[in-house]
Amino acid sequence: MSIDITGVSKRYGHFVALEGIDLSLPRGQLTALLGPSGGGKTTLLRIIAGLETPDTGSVVIEGKDATRLPVQKRNVGFVFQHYAAFKHLSVARNVAFGLEIRKKPEDEVRAKVEELLALVHLSQFADRLPSQLSGGQRQRMALARALAIEPTVLLLDEPFGALDAKVRKELRDWLRRLHDEVHVTTVFVTHDQEEALEVADEIVVVNQGRVEQVGTPDQLYDDPANDFVMGFLGETTTLGGVVLRPHDIEVDRGPGRAGAQEAVVVRVLRVGFEVRVSAETTAGEQVTVSMTRTHAKALHVDEGATLWLCPAVGAATVPSMPFRLRDGVVA
Amino acid sequence: MSVQLEPRPPSLTVGPAPRRRTPSHNLTRTSGIGLGLTMTWFSLLVLIPLAAVVATAAAGGPDGFGRPVTNEQTAAAIRITVLAAFSVTLVNVVMGTMIAWVLVRDRFPGKALLELVIDVPFALPTIVAGLVLLSLYGNDSPLGLELANTGWSIYLAFLFVTLPFVVRMVQPVLEELDQEVEEAAASLGASRLTTFRRIVLPALAPAIAAGAALSFARAVGEYGSLVLLSGNLPFESEVTSVRILSAIENDNRATAAAIATLLLVISLLVIVVLDVVQRRVARRG
Amino acid sequence: MAERTRPAPGPTTYVLRVLVITYLVLLVIWPVSLVVTNTFANGDEALRSILEDPDLVDALRLTAVAAVVATAINTVFGVTVSLLLVRTVFPGKRILSALMDLPLSVSPIVVGLALVLVYGGRNGWFGPTLEGAGLQVIFSTPGIIMATAFVSLPLVIREVVPVLQELGDEQEQAARSLGASGRQTFWRITLPSIKWAVVYGVVLTLARSLGEFGAVKVVSGNVLGETRTATLAVEEKYLNFDQEGAYAIAFLLASVSVLAIVVVSLLRSREAHR
Repeated sequence: MSIDITGVSKRYGHFVALEGIDLSLPRGQLTALLGPSGGGKTTLLRIIAGLETPDTGSVVIEGKDATRLPVQKRNVGFVFQHYAAFKHLSVARNVAFGLEIRKKPEDEVRAKVEELLALVHLSQFADRLPSQLSGGQRQRMALARALAIEPTVLLLDEPFGALDAKVRKELRDWLRRLHDEVHVTTVFVTHDQEEALEVADEIVVVNQGRVEQVGTPDQLYDDPANDFVMGFLGETTTLGGVVLRPHDIEVDRGPGRAGAQEAVVVRVLRVGFEVRVSAETTAGEQVTVSMTRTHAKALHVDEGATLWLCPAVGAATVPSMPFRLRDGVVA
Repeated sequence: MSVQLEPRPPSLTVGPAPRRRTPSHNLTRTSGIGLGLTMTWFSLLVLIPLAAVVATAAAGGPDGFGRPVTNEQTAAAIRITVLAAFSVTLVNVVMGTMIAWVLVRDRFPGKALLELVIDVPFALPTIVAGLVLLSLYGNDSPLGLELANTGWSIYLAFLFVTLPFVVRMVQPVLEELDQEVEEAAASLGASRLTTFRRIVLPALAPAIAAGAALSFARAVGEYGSLVLLSGNLPFESEVTSVRILSAIENDNRATAAAIATLLLVISLLVIVVLDVVQRRVARRG
Repeated sequence: MAERTRPAPGPTTYVLRVLVITYLVLLVIWPVSLVVTNTFANGDEALRSILEDPDLVDALRLTAVAAVVATAINTVFGVTVSLLLVRTVFPGKRILSALMDLPLSVSPIVVGLALVLVYGGRNGWFGPTLEGAGLQVIFSTPGIIMATAFVSLPLVIREVVPVLQELGDEQEQAARSLGASGRQTFWRITLPSIKWAVVYGVVLTLARSLGEFGAVKVVSGNVLGETRTATLAVEEKYLNFDQEGAYAIAFLLASVSVLAIVVVSLLRSREAHR
């Protein structure tokens, strides 16, 4: 294991940021810490980096106890949401900073900086000041700067949070490809489930200071541990006391299937190829169903129509817990 | 813009602003009249009188400038003033930055009072400043430090009146400084001292330079706080502005103007420094 | 994000704190508090005797008049110049904006000399002409007002310009698009937005104006009851061995200026909490 976290807790006054976190992250893996704002994921990342110290518990990096090690000695690369560029230094000098601190010979520094700037496609901007770069370019510079010290682990705090949607998507794909090339143990914090599902090898869902679930994107999506994880990773609806995805509901015009519930269509909304149907069961439950446009047409799903609904075979379901669900919705 | 006390905080725009071709002016009739009126007043109050100083000095020919400076007593006064102003500015660079640091980064009861104390020397009438210092450093000093009527009194008065300049320039920049930048440096292995020297100090440097320039200019021209404090002893505690005043009182306008021109040159240099510094900060963004 | 606690203060923090506090106590706090105790060494007798001396009341009145007039001029001038510097483009703007700082770095004695050379009644550039028209500037109230206005000239501009820049001109353009004239836009949109900056500038200008000494000394001629300001009276009292009187006037002036910075800092913190 590259990072081992045992029993880590952290409070700020009365606010419990983290409580009893146990987590092991294997070497060379790209892990996402996913969760709502204020859930503790950034605090956890900063504790791994040594920018915060835990109240209890230990952090072991590459087999070495790092709990009381100051950030300077941990050899971690940290990338901040707002780039934290050294404004008075050129792009190349920014990248060289950590190497200069380590008193590496000048030609080695120069070669390394060139290599990294090529890696992040900023070679032609080497002599510019950070203020002359776009947001995406600045974040790539920050990444090169963190990679320059050949960190044991690379930590990214909402690295794409300050960028606009298009640049964000580009950088996300690019981070995935970069990681496949560089293979450094990487942990990044995000509140965007799409980002986590797309980029990460493994996702750690953090909420209210606790780890809700750890698993691959597929595991989390197909087999969520609870309704919070399910709700955080995609849309959900309830049918007959279970939480499930709106596209995992079978729709019939007659009472054929076992356990199917009768419902009346309240509203039909067409979004491109998809049709979203709001219906109310005879038990008074509000259900959202999504189906293809062709399917909806074939079944004549219109307002006022009566449908029979039941969970599809193999659908991921968790029991409904109204209070927990509400937390997920807020996030 | 050079009239700001604080250098501009970093702009929020990403990348350099698009350069537009600006027309030579965009004045409306009202703003044209406003410009005319304010320029007339500014000329009558500031520009013409200052030009008169230079012109009066120049009327004495090239010797006119040289004569007062070759006067031993004046030369000594200039030497004393510049040396004291320079030393005090150095002290302000260090102390001012430290004070700004404590005001921004430290937390302790009574800090709000210190904030007020910094502005007192700026608002206090200079003659009162002299009297204030005399109460602690004059005859029968409660501290046993009788600095009045010695060369040291000049340093004391200069330190007092120039206290706010570096502090007030550095403070807003330090407040704006992103702590993440320091954390980034630390994560790259920099010690606290290295982070301060290589990351924080360069960010503060323009503000420190601007504060130092203002502090130097203020000290070089200082008069009021010294009147009661320094005793104006020739070759010991007599400063340049006192020499100008005695030339005026002796109706020796050419001499007064020549020394005054020297001070004006220093003032102009300071303004150039401020302008250059603020432009550099704006470019860095 | 949860708010972060600051790292526990290290020894450097305490050393710096003690150093800074000691420096400020020795340089400012202790001496200023001594002026207060010296003034009230004999109760409020010193203060009362000042306020009962007609010459000193005249001096205080002259100081107040000069400060108020100079502040009024500088406020109108400062707001106009700030608007011109931020909202318009004209040749020479950069030089003008740099020159506006000049009064802050010119020695008060040089200010006095400069005004005497131009407006001096005997052989100034304009002085004899003005005197012929019945206007005496130097050794008279107008000269004192000019000297006061000169030294406090940039203070309003320094407060207003950054606020105007921060504000941008979108609101003004919106007002124009809604049919407001230039004047209506200024009174209804621009001025309310820069109100506090103007107030800070005015308070600082007033404090600086009340306390001007060097420049006023040169232009005033110090005629008792006519061109003697409060600051000049402090010097005179002290040199005539009336220390108690000097401390009393100094206390009056210091109270006003300390009150001014307290007002400014209260206004500022109220603004910051919005």
